[in-house]
Amino acid sequence: MRPLGYARAADADTAIAMVLARPDSAFLAGGTTEVDLMRQDVLRPGLLVDINDLPLTGVDDLPGGGLLIGALARMSDVARSAGVVARFPVISQALLAGASAQLRNMASMGGNLCQRVRCSYFRDATSPCNKREPGTGCAALDGFHRGHAILGISGTCIATHPSDVAVALVALNAVVHTRGPGGDRAIGIDDFFLLPGDTPEREHPLQHAELITAIEVPAAPIARRSVYLKFRDRQSYEFALVSVAAAVDVANGAVAGVRLALGGVGTKPWRARRAEHSLLGRPAIQASFAEAAGQELALATPRPMNAFKVELARRAIVRALMTLTNGGAR
Amino acid sequence: MSAAIGQEISRVDGPVKVTGAARYSGEIALPGLAYAALVGAGIASGRVTAIDTAEAEGAEGVAGILTHYTMPMVNHVPLLPSLLGGPAPGETFFPVQDDVIHYAGQPVAIVVADSLEQAQHAATLVQVSYAETASVTTIGQGRADAYEPDRIFGGVMPGRTERGNVQDGFAAADLRIDAAFRFAANHHNALEALTTTAAWDGGQLTLYDSCQGIKAVQLTVAALLGMSPSRIRVLTRFVGGAFGSKAMVWPHVTLTALAAQHVRRPVRLAVTREQMFTSCGHREEQEQHIELGAARDGRLTAIRHHKISVTSPFDDWAEPAFGVASQLYACPNYQGIHRLVRGNTMTPTFTRGPGEALGVFTLECAMDELARQLGIDPVELRLRNITDADPNTGHPWSSSGLRECLERGAARFGWARRSPRLRSQREGNWLIGTGMAAAGYPVAFFMRTQRARAHLYADGTAVVATAAQEFGTGMVTVLTQVAADGLGIDLRNVRLEFGDTDLPTAGSPVGSNGAMMVSAAVHNAATAVRDQLIALAVSDTQSPLHGADPARIIVAGGRMTLAGDGKDANGGETYASLMQRHVMNDAEAIGSWDPPPLDTPYGLLTFGAQFARVAVDADLGIIRVLHMTGAFAPGRVLNPKTARSQLMGGMLWGMSQALLEGNWMDPRTGRWASASLGDYLVPVNADAPKVDVELIEVEDPVTGPLGVKGVGEIGQVGSAAAIANAVYHATGYRPRELPIAAEHLLPHLPPGPAAEA
Repeated sequence: MRPLGYARAADADTAIAMVLARPDSAFLAGGTTEVDLMRQDVLRPGLLVDINDLPLTGVDDLPGGGLLIGALARMSDVARSAGVVARFPVISQALLAGASAQLRNMASMGGNLCQRVRCSYFRDATSPCNKREPGTGCAALDGFHRGHAILGISGTCIATHPSDVAVALVALNAVVHTRGPGGDRAIGIDDFFLLPGDTPEREHPLQHAELITAIEVPAAPIARRSVYLKFRDRQSYEFALVSVAAAVDVANGAVAGVRLALGGVGTKPWRARRAEHSLLGRPAIQASFAEAAGQELALATPRPMNAFKVELARRAIVRALMTLTNGGAR
Repeated sequence: MSAAIGQEISRVDGPVKVTGAARYSGEIALPGLAYAALVGAGIASGRVTAIDTAEAEGAEGVAGILTHYTMPMVNHVPLLPSLLGGPAPGETFFPVQDDVIHYAGQPVAIVVADSLEQAQHAATLVQVSYAETASVTTIGQGRADAYEPDRIFGGVMPGRTERGNVQDGFAAADLRIDAAFRFAANHHNALEALTTTAAWDGGQLTLYDSCQGIKAVQLTVAALLGMSPSRIRVLTRFVGGAFGSKAMVWPHVTLTALAAQHVRRPVRLAVTREQMFTSCGHREEQEQHIELGAARDGRLTAIRHHKISVTSPFDDWAEPAFGVASQLYACPNYQGIHRLVRGNTMTPTFTRGPGEALGVFTLECAMDELARQLGIDPVELRLRNITDADPNTGHPWSSSGLRECLERGAARFGWARRSPRLRSQREGNWLIGTGMAAAGYPVAFFMRTQRARAHLYADGTAVVATAAQEFGTGMVTVLTQVAADGLGIDLRNVRLEFGDTDLPTAGSPVGSNGAMMVSAAVHNAATAVRDQLIALAVSDTQSPLHGADPARIIVAGGRMTLAGDGKDANGGETYASLMQRHVMNDAEAIGSWDPPPLDTPYGLLTFGAQFARVAVDADLGIIRVLHMTGAFAPGRVLNPKTARSQLMGGMLWGMSQALLEGNWMDPRTGRWASASLGDYLVPVNADAPKVDVELIEVEDPVTGPLGVKGVGEIGQVGSAAAIANAVYHATGYRPRELPIAAEHLLPHLPPGPAAEA
């Protein structure tokens, strides 16, 4: 590992000032991705500012039924939180489907949103990679890309966004609260994750020294009946081939409300708006679900090794909606 | 005779392992210890045009850097498996000798510094320039230039196996099966990575090395460096897993010794997890093609079995696909041919169940197809084809048990309840299926003389010593049991000394031979001491045993007694009383064992049978294994607890090979697509099904004085085939590639709910 500086801050403003003072510095939260990537010579910060002493670990109920999750709340604490389990089971399930018990005890919620892609060409610190070294090309396009994205890709990058919980948060219209040199701001979560386009090195709109302070989940009665289904080669401790965060309201046999987002298939946590639009007002039956899934996946642009994900994702969406509606209202 | 043998004894090394008192090769504290890091080649083929070490040499803490400009030359040593007992380099090529790059990751420099972090950082500062040439790393790239080698597997196996005439056999067949399979490469990735600590004292070298055979390390380093083995001592008690990756002695060991010589300090090298993919061989990418000919009653008339795989630029290595696959069934006509593609990879190596795991996979998937086509139950088809003699030689099996494995395994698994119909069982979203396979693994007598020393003290306690090491199999535990029974004393009174090349020679426990060969020597040493003392007693007029027939004396708990119900039967006396009377402080003997000759007139295999129940998600093609049953006949079982653990681990590895493990070369760069355990998947606990193991003891008069065969690899053989056959039974889809993945199944699943719309 490269020699580097390490400092610890006790409050957000100090941490921001310390990072702002050095262009090569970075915040350190749980470190479960960041330290790995430093060891692999992919990230090369000159100074790490440890923010684990910041008082940002709360998981608080908001008036009206929403949640405010501190950026440093650990994944395992959020997954077990009573308000999350009761009102937002999809968040709890997504968290518990992610990583391993040890990592969940260490990894922070803010860090989870900032985690880097698992593309082996990004991580090997050697191959051409537009995300790691802009302009060098994308080794995954014609390489091994079985796990790569089929939605939201560009000619510069096809890496999949790896987070599970972000998929649930995208379905729930969460808001990312930040503090930076320019003050506080709130970013809708769908705007927080950027498509690769021509700038795959830019994954979110955070400025240097801008710190996530909290994740707000607005009240959503629909989420009381929600699921996160994750499909993968190995039963645990693996990233999704495809995952689905879903919530459905059914009234008189028809879909009155629906939230649907996909993981494992997008360059960002993928809100399936076309599918949602297709479902509203339709009978809550398998045929509607299949039609909606097909419409969403019509957007897919797969590569040879990940072409199967189109069909897999279609079937996974139907499975999630059937699960929520007890096999479809008949 | 057995007080300890056959008992479910917990590992004698358990307490030191769980308390952390056991020291591994990377935990040896030495004054002045420095740390090394390897710099691996970034290209797969070409030349090094320059190495700039200036920046690295200036980095904090750096003690020295060796490149091919400065590295001493080593001797050329031929590749021979460590089972043969001599020098055993993993490949005939030794790196950092010249500017030629043969494979990606090939060491081009070794950096030594005061701390591990400093060494690893300095390694990133070494600037290597290359002139790159086109590489070949896949079968696809080299198929047109494939050749048939004379010999494979370190020269110990022929490239071609034939008996009878396959053309005639197919002409006589009523039915023919033709199936081709594609297999990803596998890596071992033991928990403890390759680790060497090297310390020089004048001309004397001490190595602490994570290995499968300390004698092999000693002899290999001696041969490479042109040193006398008497000047090299290897001290390794505990090894954190190997699975074949440490059966051979890879270049990093000698590189560490040379680095320590260069910086005049003890040096430790721990290969990184990423480098593990290019430092200790692998199971090679391969394709197998099999044709079976059979009569209507299911009897095989011909087997043609071909394999093509990738080897290194310097060695003709293929894991042998046609050992067991040519011996399991009484088929008169057989042809097996290996073909090789020379590629820019390391020399592949022993990877658990080498050769047999995939050779038997291919055969047993084809047998399942044959059973289906003939309408014969798969177990019954095997029973109709099993043989009492090795079909390659006509020699009778030294012991078999295959019939019992098939029958008792089927009973234990509940095979009789199976409906032969495909897709006949569905539970919710899951299609359920069952499958089975027969299994075998060779017992190979390539090893040299095995030795052990037994030392009994007058108080009835003993120290038994042999130059083996414990790499997780339970070897030290079973050797302690064998020693206790051989001496006739309680297990708690035996201490095993091991892990030191200065102790009596034991071979590398590889090829599932460890328990057989080392236990034979320990048994002979222990019984030699016992026999000395019995001889003393019967000739001692003051002993109650005076004049007794030594053959009738039994020893247990340190007491010699005259067995039987004759009027002379008596309670005898203890070793302690006899030795005190003779003013003896101790008694000692070296025991040795030589294997039967290679042309011993017996067929030699360990047999087994595997059964699996799987669930396949009817819409998504995700496979979960629900239940595995294995029945195995490993001769005499020294310790059912450690044996079962070994077999269970093998069965789960077979599941892993079937469903998870696979790596491919990126043909554009000649580098492995996966070089981390985040990408190269192995099972986690959540994947593990219910696994049960039936041990079937068979008496074997050939495999050493105790009749032990081995449990190291037979557990993996057939396991993947049983799963693949179960996937077929569940879905109607025949897997043709390992690992089996959701995308293989998706096109063959019933049109999902999504498509029913």
